[in-house]
Amino acid sequence: MVNEIYLDNAATTPVHPGVAKAVMDCMMYTYGNPSSLHRLGLNAEKKIKAAREQLAFALGDSPDSIFFTSGGTEANNLAIIGTAMARKREGKHCITTQIEHPSVLNTFKYLEKEGWEVTYLPTDNQGMLDPEDITGAVRPDTVLVSIMHVNNEIGSVQPVEDIVRLVKEKGMSPVIHVDAIQSFGKIDLKPRNWGIDILTLSGHKIHAPKGIGALYMRKGVKIHPVLWGGGQEKGVRSGTENVPGVVGFGEAVRWIEQDADKKYLYRLKGILAAGLQERIPDMVINGPAPEKGAPHILNVSFPGIRGEVLLHALEDKGVYVSTGSACSSRREAISPVFQAIGAGKEIARSAVRLSLSYMNTQDEMYRAVDIVERCVNELKGFTRR
Amino acid sequence: MENVILLRYGEIHLKGQNRPYFERVLQSNIEKALEAYKDVRVIKAQGRYFIENVGDDPRIYDTISRIFGIISFSPALRVAKNMEDIQEAAELQLKDAIDAQGGLNGLSFKVESRRSDKTFPLTSMELSRTIGAHLLRKFPGIKVDVHNPMVTIHIEVREWTYMYHRIIPGAGGMPVGTNGKAVLLLSGGIDSPVAGWMISKRGVELTAVHFHSFPYTSDRSKEKVIDLCRILTGYCGPIRLYVVPFTRIQQELYQKCPDKMLTLLMRRFMMKIGEIIARREEAGVLITGESLGQVASQTLESLSVTDDAVSMPVLRPLIGMDKIEIIDMAKKIDTYETSILPYEDCCTIFVPKHPLTRPRLDKVREAEALVDGKELIEDAVANAEVIEVKE
Repeated sequence: MVNEIYLDNAATTPVHPGVAKAVMDCMMYTYGNPSSLHRLGLNAEKKIKAAREQLAFALGDSPDSIFFTSGGTEANNLAIIGTAMARKREGKHCITTQIEHPSVLNTFKYLEKEGWEVTYLPTDNQGMLDPEDITGAVRPDTVLVSIMHVNNEIGSVQPVEDIVRLVKEKGMSPVIHVDAIQSFGKIDLKPRNWGIDILTLSGHKIHAPKGIGALYMRKGVKIHPVLWGGGQEKGVRSGTENVPGVVGFGEAVRWIEQDADKKYLYRLKGILAAGLQERIPDMVINGPAPEKGAPHILNVSFPGIRGEVLLHALEDKGVYVSTGSACSSRREAISPVFQAIGAGKEIARSAVRLSLSYMNTQDEMYRAVDIVERCVNELKGFTRR
Repeated sequence: MENVILLRYGEIHLKGQNRPYFERVLQSNIEKALEAYKDVRVIKAQGRYFIENVGDDPRIYDTISRIFGIISFSPALRVAKNMEDIQEAAELQLKDAIDAQGGLNGLSFKVESRRSDKTFPLTSMELSRTIGAHLLRKFPGIKVDVHNPMVTIHIEVREWTYMYHRIIPGAGGMPVGTNGKAVLLLSGGIDSPVAGWMISKRGVELTAVHFHSFPYTSDRSKEKVIDLCRILTGYCGPIRLYVVPFTRIQQELYQKCPDKMLTLLMRRFMMKIGEIIARREEAGVLITGESLGQVASQTLESLSVTDDAVSMPVLRPLIGMDKIEIIDMAKKIDTYETSILPYEDCCTIFVPKHPLTRPRLDKVREAEALVDGKELIEDAVANAEVIEVKE
């Protein structure tokens, strides 16, 4: 068995052993339904309360601003549809960007079909928004501005703090939603200080299990629910709470707040980027320069080598990465993000994303550089004539 | 009164002396196909099989409809040979038919009887008439139509009496295993599973060979081929699948041979490897999903160049079919949805921009000699992964 070097952490992360233990204990012993009146129900409720406090502490606001969901996609749907429905009498215009995750982009596409108007802001070739563009796009009937903090494909980091300030300075009051699924736990985030109304989070990007996410909502912001039922999570998100998931999410946040050094990811990324650049000079970096982008995402192209061919060659040697686009004979779609940054077809086709987590090591970075170099050299001879 | 399923088989009637053998194979195939249904018993009767202890799992009908050698089948009621029971069962059958038609309104029916037990006191005609009259009394509002009935209640008087109104078409063909064994070159596309199905339908057992070009194709595309095999096993029984590593051969050809011949040369290597595996499996022929003129490697000239690579006969059951007809068949046999799954295939790197459509055999053979074919083929066969695919 080859030694695994897992560099696909922007897709999902391995569950941290401490988190896994907390989840297991919860499933075995704290299995009550938090809505049940007996002691087992109360115990489960207490677990959720502790996790809620943990998330609130990390974000710098009170526990009643945290609402658990089934994951990032649901949180984004709830933030966008919930806001649009709650404010449809005030206006039906929303603003977002061209480089959002599908769970945001396709939710807005749905709203467009239902009669809303949506402005999709462009980015520069580094995947960065111009804050002036946003203030220029805000209109009296704009009810929602939805901006992703860190882009999942190329790692560009939007200056959300500046964006919020500029929008507020204009005297407009659209709800401001920030998709922080890629940034939470890796970049400091203080939604209340920054004036963000709604923030969306996902557990499995930070070593919690899949199937748990959360919505931060500043006090006073109102949204409509998307799921109707027993009125859990103060009616914002009905459905029996995923108690083990919530517990795992809380434990992952606790671990990161306590033990993780946010500069560590940058150090790893620096080793990887510098090593690859030195060994493979014709490598192209997609998106922002390594020190400007998110600490855990590095997107690169090796022109002439199809991304997924390299991906599979790497997996054979134990290195796991992602590509931007899938190479199928019938459908060859270039991702909207690569279109937005104006990348050519060749660059988009050969793009691979390496993404890191706190569980990676420096040694893995050095080994990954060696393996990528070897695979790239092996594949170089076979490009389409 | 018991629920049974009555199975009819066809062509094996024609096989004279071989008939007992065909019947034995078919019975064993039916038994294997129904293994998952507990307590089911398969009973042989004159010109029929009966399935007893049917249970209430509706998927059993799908399973039966995929067994080659069965022309049609009917869910039936089995009762004793007395009029009271026959009347009661006839009522139940008609009621079931009425429900299936969505109501009694304007429903026409007839009763058709057959009697292999000639000691039964009524003749077939008398029996039909008596039961028909009984049903007319019991279900006011329906009418008899002996020429174009909407529902036909069948009565067969044998050692028991069997009654049914539905005749469901079976897969037809001949029992798998009665016509030898063949090696199917299975790509994961739409055509090759259909080709395998067509030959297997004629009683042929299949071994499949898939060429895997990692990292140009991935484990997911291999998984897809396994899934296709699994669908085929519903018809053909268990399939041994050889997954042959093909990357080295493609890379060598790419580096050493003329670009425009790459696909043809690849096809020749596939055939040769298929033939070696066929000999090992004691199979006498190869099956491909080629259809005349569909792509450059499937022109008449290209096909003869491919054929030249092997001495075994190559069966191409789709040769005269249009793509649209092949797609229709793939949908019918349930492989289509799996075949079109878009798992990546980056072998396009090895596809020439301008492939030959009228290749010359001597030139192709010359080009082939530029690589060490024997070594490449031995290496590929030696490293093949063997997967036993069962339903």
